[in-house]
Amino acid sequence: MNIDWANFTPFVSLTGGIILGLASAVFILVNGRILGISGIMGGLMPPKVGDTFWRIAFLLGMFSAPTVFHAVVPAEYIHAQRIDATDMMVVVAGLLVGIGTRYASGCTSGHGVCGLSRLSPRSLVATISFMLAGFVVVYVMRHLAII
Amino acid sequence: MLNKKYLHHVTEFAVGLLFGLGLILSGMTDPGKVIGFLDLFGSWDPSLALVMGGAILVGIFAFTMAKKRTTTFLGGVLRFPTNMDIDKKLVIGSLMFGTGWGLAGFCPGPALVSMASGQPKALVFVLAMLVGMLGFELMNRFVHAPRKAKLNAA
Repeated sequence: MNIDWANFTPFVSLTGGIILGLASAVFILVNGRILGISGIMGGLMPPKVGDTFWRIAFLLGMFSAPTVFHAVVPAEYIHAQRIDATDMMVVVAGLLVGIGTRYASGCTSGHGVCGLSRLSPRSLVATISFMLAGFVVVYVMRHLAII
Repeated sequence: MLNKKYLHHVTEFAVGLLFGLGLILSGMTDPGKVIGFLDLFGSWDPSLALVMGGAILVGIFAFTMAKKRTTTFLGGVLRFPTNMDIDKKLVIGSLMFGTGWGLAGFCPGPALVSMASGQPKALVFVLAMLVGMLGFELMNRFVHAPRKAKLNAA
């Protein structure tokens, strides 16, 4: 295993992670809800009476994040995104993520952050499963060159 | 009563914003970085392990505190997940999710934030994800639920 030191960002990533933890903390302690993006989105597909506005309020907050981030952080600290996937791959990936996260009732936030923080065995199994699949897919794409 | 509802909506928005900022700062919104983390056998970028670690470190304190309480700080209901089953649905769904995550480097949160920043591929991803979620819901409602009802009736 080689460490990619050039792209390794321990300080900002740890700080970002702590912020994600704080957001999840406020959400359970103040609103009494698990911060899980696929669950929040999935509940709008389709929307249900009386169970919609809080989801929209949360999503509007999320959608404001890039604007706030760009207003606060100087441009030289903002890194460009690297996206190698073709449109076709992105569509297949989106479908898999949409169906898979609903089937498993959670994604990186609900199972990976909140579930592991709750020490839930169910979320541990989910997290190991999606990480494993991610490792295998990237291994196949990058090192076997099949896709 | 009305005040509390208002307060809830303010925190929902604020938490969404905070979460989005955390995703951008941590590097989760860059698919290249996500795939760099998933590329264990190439040139591995361990950053996202620190994202998870940092989030869980804070999360453990918060959830330990929440488990000891009977209501939220605002006196509301604490909605903890009740499903404890480790079943095929959980594992197959998570494997599907991980496959999509590895293919494009997007998971749901970062995809939404990237879409909001005007990234066209994130928009395509989110639209496909919504179709997938809706498809799951329809399958559940019209295929799985009636079959289960039939089984129960028999």
